Amino acid sequence: MTTPMVEVASLTKRFGSVDILRGVDVTIARGRITGIVGPNGAGKSTLIKLILGLTRPTSGRILVDGHPVDEDGAYRARIGYMPQMGRFPEHLTARELFDTMHEVRGRDVEVDDDLVGVLSLQDQLDKPLRTLSGGTRQKVNACLALRFSPALVILDEPTAGLDPRSSALLKDAVLSLRSSGVTTIVASHVMSELEELCDDIVFLLDGRVCYTGPISDLRGLTRQANLERAVAALMIREVA
Amino acid sequence: MSIALRLARIHARDVLRGRWLITYASGLALLAESFLRFSGSESNAVLGLGTVTLIAVPLLTLVVATVHLYAARDFIEALLAQPVRRRALFAGLYLGLALPAAGAFLVGVGVPLAVRGFGDELRGACATLLVSGVLLTLTFVAIACCVVFMVEDRLRGLGVALGVWGLLAVLYDAGVLMFVAMASDWPLEKPLLALTFANPIDLARVSLLLRLDTAGLMGYTGAAFQHFFAEWWGAGLALAALTGWVAIPVLISARAFNRKDF
Repeated sequence: MTTPMVEVASLTKRFGSVDILRGVDVTIARGRITGIVGPNGAGKSTLIKLILGLTRPTSGRILVDGHPVDEDGAYRARIGYMPQMGRFPEHLTARELFDTMHEVRGRDVEVDDDLVGVLSLQDQLDKPLRTLSGGTRQKVNACLALRFSPALVILDEPTAGLDPRSSALLKDAVLSLRSSGVTTIVASHVMSELEELCDDIVFLLDGRVCYTGPISDLRGLTRQANLERAVAALMIREVA
Repeated sequence: MSIALRLARIHARDVLRGRWLITYASGLALLAESFLRFSGSESNAVLGLGTVTLIAVPLLTLVVATVHLYAARDFIEALLAQPVRRRALFAGLYLGLALPAAGAFLVGVGVPLAVRGFGDELRGACATLLVSGVLLTLTFVAIACCVVFMVEDRLRGLGVALGVWGLLAVLYDAGVLMFVAMASDWPLEKPLLALTFANPIDLARVSLLLRLDTAGLMGYTGAAFQHFFAEWWGAGLALAALTGWVAIPVLISARAFNRKDF
């Protein structure tokens, strides 16, 4: 049996007196697409930031590809991250941004440029980021996340601000990554998008995991036809 | 090249492209040239430049570094999502900001002074001015790092930064004056020397004044100070203390950065 790509055990995170995550146990299977869902403030972004080491856990353990999330950031060499709203120095062009991140990772790292062509970004590469629309910047973010041949891709609200064509192309790219064995975590509020992309779901509510497993099992468990209704049914059950 | 130096180069390139540093260096050069042309004597010019270095340089460095680091927060987050250690990233961020700022000070003030080529009597004062300016720049960039990595809200952070400058540049001296007035019946040389070492701006000011002929105006305390700073170990201790004033906020901000939740 292969080890999971991400293992989260007894994870808690407290900001001041507020508990954001309360003993979260999650396993992200290798080579699958896992969606993280939950209402605002459920702890989705915090969980992602904890996996990336951007936020420190209050207690608990996280392993990424068998390596603990600690001070040594080497484990992030195989992670591609697309933040909800990536803001970079505005005088940089997209090409310079890609080059900067390549320099940070080391020049010997292999680069995959395919998504630039797929999202038709070639003509925008030499314009300062401040002159690009929100959607185009989001495409730049997506290209950056997939640029260094990651084994784990983390996408936070990936299609927010994208036009329908770019959104569909990005989803196709994510699905094609799965077929080449890449693991993907997607945090999103758009249930139809998660249903289209994901194999598994982690449903967070009030800092706790309410459900983790395949989407099909969740639909069966709640006897609902689609993910949106299944999640809603789960929320109603939990709140009651 | 180590990852910290690579990050410092990337950050320095970003800082230099922001243009504010060129404006800062040009402004300092303009001021320096004005002092050198219109102050009457070379000693007065250095004294005037000293005032700019002690008051304006810390303020401008602190405000600009604070604003720049708050604006770069999302980019810092993006860099932190790459395979880099936090310590290396902090070193890159600090050096990439502090070294260009110190370089801008050296160009802005040092080049006009070097072009004039002062005689032997002011060479020590000019060297003290430049070394103090560089060390104060490094200190106040580090204080800006402390503020940005400890205070989440940028408006509050800017307020705290201005408060720190006000405390070190203005209020501290007011406190020292009150202390002198209240304790005028006791010998004050040693306590005043200790109080001078406890504030980098005061330490730089005293180090500079004692290299100029204005030191005679400081009375008996000035004479005691001059005796202390004229000795090689006194001057060495002052330099070590100013360097310590760089190290303390650097260590505090590195610790804050290491613990910060992005």
